[in-house]
Amino acid sequence: MKQMVGTCEALVENTLALDGTISSSDFYKAACAFVHRWNLINSDFPSWSWIPCQKLRWISSDDKAEGYLSLEKICLQRPQENEQEKGECFEEIDTAGNNNESLDEATLVPFPSDHQEVHYYDFQILHCASYSVPVLYFRAYSCDGQPLTFEEMKKDLPSQSEDALLNSKWTFITQEEHPYLNRIWFKLHPCGTREWMKLLLLSDASWFKNAIAIERYVASWLSVVGQVVGLRIPMEMLKDGGGIQF
Amino acid sequence: MEALRYIWEGAIPLQIHLHESEVTTIPSPPPAMVLAPRIGYLPLLASQIKPYFSSTLPPGVDTIWFEYKGLPLKWHIPTGVLFDLLCAEPERPWNLTVHFRGYPRQLLIPCEGEDSIKWSFINSLKEADYIVNGNTKNVMSMSQPDLVELWRSVLNAGDLEAYLRISSKLKLGGTDHEQVLNSITTSSLPGQSTSEMDIAGKVMTGRIPVRLYVRNVGEDFDNLEDAPPVNNWDDVSYINRPVEIHEECKCLTLHDAIRSLLSELFLEKATTKEESTTIIGEEERSDCTEQVDCKKTEERGPNFCDEHFQSYHPSIKLVRIQGIEPKCEIPFSWVVNNLMNPEYFLHICVFVTVQQVRC
Repeated sequence: MKQMVGTCEALVENTLALDGTISSSDFYKAACAFVHRWNLINSDFPSWSWIPCQKLRWISSDDKAEGYLSLEKICLQRPQENEQEKGECFEEIDTAGNNNESLDEATLVPFPSDHQEVHYYDFQILHCASYSVPVLYFRAYSCDGQPLTFEEMKKDLPSQSEDALLNSKWTFITQEEHPYLNRIWFKLHPCGTREWMKLLLLSDASWFKNAIAIERYVASWLSVVGQVVGLRIPMEMLKDGGGIQF
Repeated sequence: MEALRYIWEGAIPLQIHLHESEVTTIPSPPPAMVLAPRIGYLPLLASQIKPYFSSTLPPGVDTIWFEYKGLPLKWHIPTGVLFDLLCAEPERPWNLTVHFRGYPRQLLIPCEGEDSIKWSFINSLKEADYIVNGNTKNVMSMSQPDLVELWRSVLNAGDLEAYLRISSKLKLGGTDHEQVLNSITTSSLPGQSTSEMDIAGKVMTGRIPVRLYVRNVGEDFDNLEDAPPVNNWDDVSYINRPVEIHEECKCLTLHDAIRSLLSELFLEKATTKEESTTIIGEEERSDCTEQVDCKKTEERGPNFCDEHFQSYHPSIKLVRIQGIEPKCEIPFSWVVNNLMNPEYFLHICVFVTVQQVRC
C-alpha cells in the first residue's frame, strides 16, 4: 500500500498533496477553476464568484489571490408539513429548461413559489490556514433582510445535520466571526475535512490519471460539505472537465 | 518558567460601569472593581460583577457583554490581549462598560455562559494541536476528567501546576512542560534559572500557532496616549496563520516571524510593482542572521495609488505580547515558549502607523 501511494505521488506531481489539504495559493487556483466550470455548466443558476479581499485593507494592493468564493441570495424553502422526507424538501424550480437533466436533485431555487416562508442564504468558502482546507461560512435571512437565529436556521437543515448538531453542538456548526467581514456567520468546522478529503481523493479512480486535481478540489469538497446545509451540486461538476473520459 | 508564572499570575484591574441605559435606580450604582486574569475571558467575570448591579437592572434576561469607549469587546479574545490591543497607553484601572441587555448579536459571537467559552477554548486547543501535529488526536482523545481539570486550571487562572500536569500530555511542544514541571518541584532550590535557559535555548521547527492582531493607528504620533481609540473592529486586522519554522532557519527572530506574516509591510522602498514582487520573493528566503529592532526599522512599503499620486507608508510602531514590548531580535522560540497563552496560541498585537504621502 505504501508503495502504491509512493507511485501515486509521483504521478500527481504539480498538483496536490495527497493528504487532503490544499495550500492557500492552490485554493485560489482551485476556486477560479471551480467558478469557471460552474458558470459553464449552470449558466442559468446564480453563480459563484471570487471576491478578492485583503486582510490589511488599508494597504492598496493588486493581489487578487487572497479572498473567498461567494454565492449570494440563494433561496431555501422551509420544509412543509406534508413533505415526504426531510432533507429532500428543497425542490428545484424548472428554470433551467433542457439543462434540467444535468442537475442532480438540485437544491437551488432562484425564485420562490408563493405562500411559503422563504429564507435566503449567502454561502462563502474561505481558505483556513490552520487546517489548510476550505471552510464553509454561511448566513441566513428572511425576505425582509432580518438575520435568522441559530434556532431558525437549524429548522432549514436536512434532518441528518440536525441530528449531528444534537450530538456535537460545539464542534459541527457554530456561530463564528467571519475572518474578513468582522460579522457573525455560521461556520462548518473544518477539523475533520482533511481526513475525508483524503479518502475522497484516493477513492476517485481517475484522480491519478490526470493532472487536474486542483481544478476539481473545490467541487469534490462542496459535494460533501454542501449536503450538510442542503446545497447540492450538479454531478456534472464532478466529472472530468479535461475532455478525457474514463 | 519565570515568564510563564508572570503570565499566569498577571491580572488587569478593571473598573466596571453599568451602561446608563440599564440603570433603573437613583443614584446609579458605583462602579465595580475587579481583577481580571490576563489569560481569562471577560464573561467569566459575570458572577463577580453581577451582584454589584443586579438590583438596578431592568426586567429581562441577562446576557453579559462589555464595551470599551463604545467598542463591543470580543469575549473570545483573552482579556490580556484585548487590553494590550485596545489600550495603546495602558490605563489602570481599565474603565469598561458592562451590559446585561441588548446583546449585539451581529458583532459578537453568542455567549451562552461558561460552556461557550470552554468550547471556544477547546476548539482553539484543537486548532493548535492540528497546526503542530497535523491532527487533533491529542486533544480529541483527552479523558473527560483531564479536560475538566485543564479547563478548571484556566478558569481559576493561577493553577499553573494543574495546567502543566495535564497539558504536558498533549505533546504540543512549545514550552517543554516536563522540564518546567520538574523545575516547579525543585523550585525551593536556588539557582533554578538553568532550566529557564534550557527552555529558551530549545530550538523548534514546524508550524507555530499564532494569532496576530494588527491595529492601524493612522498617522504617526509621539505619545501613545495620542493614539486614536479603536471605534470599529475594522481598524484591526486579524490574521490567524501559523508561522513556519524551517530547519535551515533555526535562529528565527520575532522580527522574522512577524515579517513572514505581514510581508505586505516589509516591501523595501519598491518603486515599481514588478520590483516589489521580486523583493517579496527574496524576503521569503529570509536572512536569519539579520537583527533589526522594530523601533528602528525603516523598511516601509509604499503602495502607490496611481490616481491620486499618493503613497502610503505603513510602518510598525510597536509590537506587544503579554503586556510587554519584546525586542524584535529575540529568538522567536523563546517568545513562543514563554509568552504563549494556555490554548497554545501566541497572541501578538502589532500597532501600525500609516503615513499618507503626496508624491
